Parts: sequence; structure tokens; C-alpha cells
Amino acid sequence: MITVNITKHLESAEGALNAVFELEIHDGEFLTLFGPSGAGKTTLMRLIAGLETPDSGLIEVDGEVWFDSRKKINLPPQKRSIGFVFQDYALFPTMSVKDNLLFAAETVEQRRNVDELLELIELANLAHRLPSTLSGGQKQRVALARALVRHPKIILLDEPLSALDPSMRQKLQDELSLIHIRLGVTTLLVSHDIAETVKLSDRLAAIELGHIKRICTPMEFFSPQTLSGKLQLIGEVLKIEEDFPAVIITLLVGSSVVRTVVSATEASALCIGGRAIISSKAFNPILIPLP
Amino acid sequence: MESEFLTTMVLTFKLASITTGILLLIGIPLASFLVFSKIRFKSIIETVVSMPLVLPPSVLGFYLLLAFSPASAIGSFLIEHGIRLAFSFEGLVIGSVLFSLPFMVHPIQSALTQVPRSIIEASYTLGKSKIETMVKVVLPTIRHGLISGIVLAFAHTVGEFGVILMIGGNIPGETRVASIAIYDEVESLNYAMAHQYALTLFAVTFAILLFVYTLNKKSLGEIR
Repeated sequence: MITVNITKHLESAEGALNAVFELEIHDGEFLTLFGPSGAGKTTLMRLIAGLETPDSGLIEVDGEVWFDSRKKINLPPQKRSIGFVFQDYALFPTMSVKDNLLFAAETVEQRRNVDELLELIELANLAHRLPSTLSGGQKQRVALARALVRHPKIILLDEPLSALDPSMRQKLQDELSLIHIRLGVTTLLVSHDIAETVKLSDRLAAIELGHIKRICTPMEFFSPQTLSGKLQLIGEVLKIEEDFPAVIITLLVGSSVVRTVVSATEASALCIGGRAIISSKAFNPILIPLP
Repeated sequence: MESEFLTTMVLTFKLASITTGILLLIGIPLASFLVFSKIRFKSIIETVVSMPLVLPPSVLGFYLLLAFSPASAIGSFLIEHGIRLAFSFEGLVIGSVLFSLPFMVHPIQSALTQVPRSIIEASYTLGKSKIETMVKVVLPTIRHGLISGIVLAFAHTVGEFGVILMIGGNIPGETRVASIAIYDEVESLNYAMAHQYALTLFAVTFAILLFVYTLNKKSLGEIR
């Protein structure tokens, strides 16, 4: 169990804000920090890792105090049992894939397990390549494997998939999920991708302006309605065209563009770039599988 | 005559090697300090390090000579303890270290600023101390900067004239390095000997630079 209860003064793009993070992470859980950029997701991750210092509060992991402002305890990142995966992968450019993993190993046993980890991420045949010769997806897998070498109590993933193309993203999401299930290590992910969050996480912490607004399951968060005959889709408003007496709204739902008609009063509440729910009543949705 | 030539050349490269070695030991921590430290007076230190780039060598040589002289507090303290720096090889080393400092620090500093912070932080999160991170992660990553620093500092020391003339004079086997010898030979119209020094310096420096740049290009190609 990881308990976080800290404050930190942040200088974000939208001005200064006093962040207060209160969070409990269960053993073996996959928790996603979800929210807009500048909300403090990455900062919270870095505070837990010890790469930044909170102004006050407490961080406790399995009964071990990592940070306590009152007792003046602040373990450096070296002393915290963490595996951090950076957005830019942060592989050591002068070391081969295998050496990157071996660098992390501390015990003889961990050194021996490196080969096994390379098999797990399907990179055994690239073990002797330098990071600069790998693709983005391969680099990300090496970064993940390197973070796992020391069997950390918690894995911190800072938007690890954001730089990858959609198909590679999906593949790595599946792999992340498999690795999480197989190793059962407590995982914290920073993301602002809805699909990724729903697919991977047990729970979600919604962060806005340096505060955790809500902690719940991803389904509760993104689809609050209980099951009914209604079809509901969440989309982003792309275009608002007046066509008297109605208004045509173009929305992006997932990767499809949908056009619909609303009244002028309804349209006045919408804005381009905003999110909206389209719902349709009084019929049973027909689902046809695609080839 | 031949042996005097050899003595002078050996002395020149001995001075350059010792100076470069000391500069490497000072340069890495100093450059890291300039890149990573957040203290307020950093720009003052940065300015002092860069001064030799714009200062006439004779200015530095003149002040060093004053500092080394028995009349000054530093000089008299040193002489009391049996250390004579004016017109000695040790004095030359100190002068050369000060004068070539920016040539070592600047390339390392600029290479360090290009090291992504995340790889340093990644090493910390993998349990590695600051020193281990420096030695195993940062230094190999900036090796082209280190090589440039070593070459520039070495070449600059070999070519240094003003500071050495001011604080070292022209004592054969002690402070008479090749650049001084050329000047001396020309003054006594001994052009053949001047040629011998000049050409040797020319050839050796060309060879060193060529070797290093070829090596550097190769290692850069591997990383990128």
C-alpha cells in the first residue's frame, strides 16, 4: 500500500498553483493519473520518485517512509524502490540494449534475469544493438524492461506511449497489460488518452489544476450512466454550421466523423473543441462486426 | 645542438601533457558545476574561466610573475616553503593551466548541456549514485566533448608563448619550450634551427588533430 499526502507549489503555464495530492494506491494495482496537460500529473509522479521534493506532507510505501516533512525524512531516488519509464525513454546511448539492463541490475540474480526479461519483451535478438538503432516501440520496451530489472515496488510510467504511432501504441498497451498481470507489480501511469486509460487501468485518478478531483474506475468516469436502451457516444465538436432553422454539428467520435442536427438553442451550449455526448433514444442499437 | 632540440621538444610535450592532465581533472568538475549548479554567482565564475580567451597572455603572465615574486605575499610564502615558481617548470605548468582553462572547460560544458536530464535521472532511479552516474553514464555520453577539450587544451599549451615568456623566460631544459626556441633562433638569425622547430610543431599538431577528428567522427557515427 502506498500512501501519498503531499503539497507542492507549482509554476505551470497557467500560472502558479498550490498542488495538494492525496492518494492511496493498493498493492498490485494499475492506477492511471488522468487529466489535461499542466494539471500536475508528471509532477506527482516525480514527487513519488524523489526526483522532486514536496513542500510538505508524507509519502509512505509498505510502511516505509520515503518522505516526511515533519520528521525531515527525504529518501533520494536511489533509495526508493521504483522503476521509472520516461517519456523520451532515457536509454543510455553508449550502452547496448543488454548493457542498459545490466546497468540496472544490483544482484547476481538480477543479472541472470536480464536474459529472461529480454525474452519477455521479445528483444533478445537485438540485445547487442545500440539504442540509436532501435525504433520508438523497441526503445520503449527496453526502457520498460530496464525499469523492471530491480523488481521495484512500484513502476512509474510517464506517458510512455505518447510518442508512438497508433498501431504500435495498441501493441504496447497489450504488452503493458500482460506484463502487469504476469508480474503483478503496482503500476502508476500518466496518460491523457481515454482508450489507453480504459484498457489498462484498474482505477483512475482524475487530476485538475494540482488536485485529485476524483478516484474511480475508468468506466465510472467515462461512462457514468447505467446500462439502458440508450446509445451514448462521447465526441469532440469539430464544426458548427448554421442551416436555418437548425444547426449542423460535426463531431469526432473515436476516429469517425459524425454529423448531426440540433436546434439553435441546443447549439448555443456547444463550442468548437469542446466535448459533447450524443445520445439516441427509442431504438435498439444494431452492432455489426467489421471484417 | 641536436640534443638541445630534443630536450626542448620533450619539455614542450611534457608541459602540454601535464597541463592537459591537470586540466582534465579540474575541467570535468568545473564544467559540471557550471552546467548543473544553481547558485547566483555562477556567471562571475563563468566569466573568470573565459577571461584567458580575450586577455592578452602578457597580462596574465605579468600578474603571475608578480604573484610568484618574493616581494608578494604568495611568492614569499611559497619561497619560505622551498617552492620557487618564477622561472621554473612548475610555474609554467600553473600558468599554462590557467591560460588553457577555457579550452578544456568550454567543450565539456557545451557537451554536458546537451546530455538529456532524463538519462541522469534514469540512472538515479536505478539506484546509482551521482559519481557512478557521472563516470558510467555522463562521461561516456560526452566523450566527443572530452576529446575536443583534451585536444584543444593540449594544442593550445604547445602553442602558448606570451605567458611562458613572461613567467618562464628561456632557460634550456627548464623553461625553454619550442615556441620560445623559435623566437630565440630567429632573433639570432638561425633560420635552419627555427625551421626545424616550426616544422616539427606543425607536423605533430597536424597529426594529433587529424587523428582525433577521425576518431571522433567514427565514435559519433556509432552513437547517432
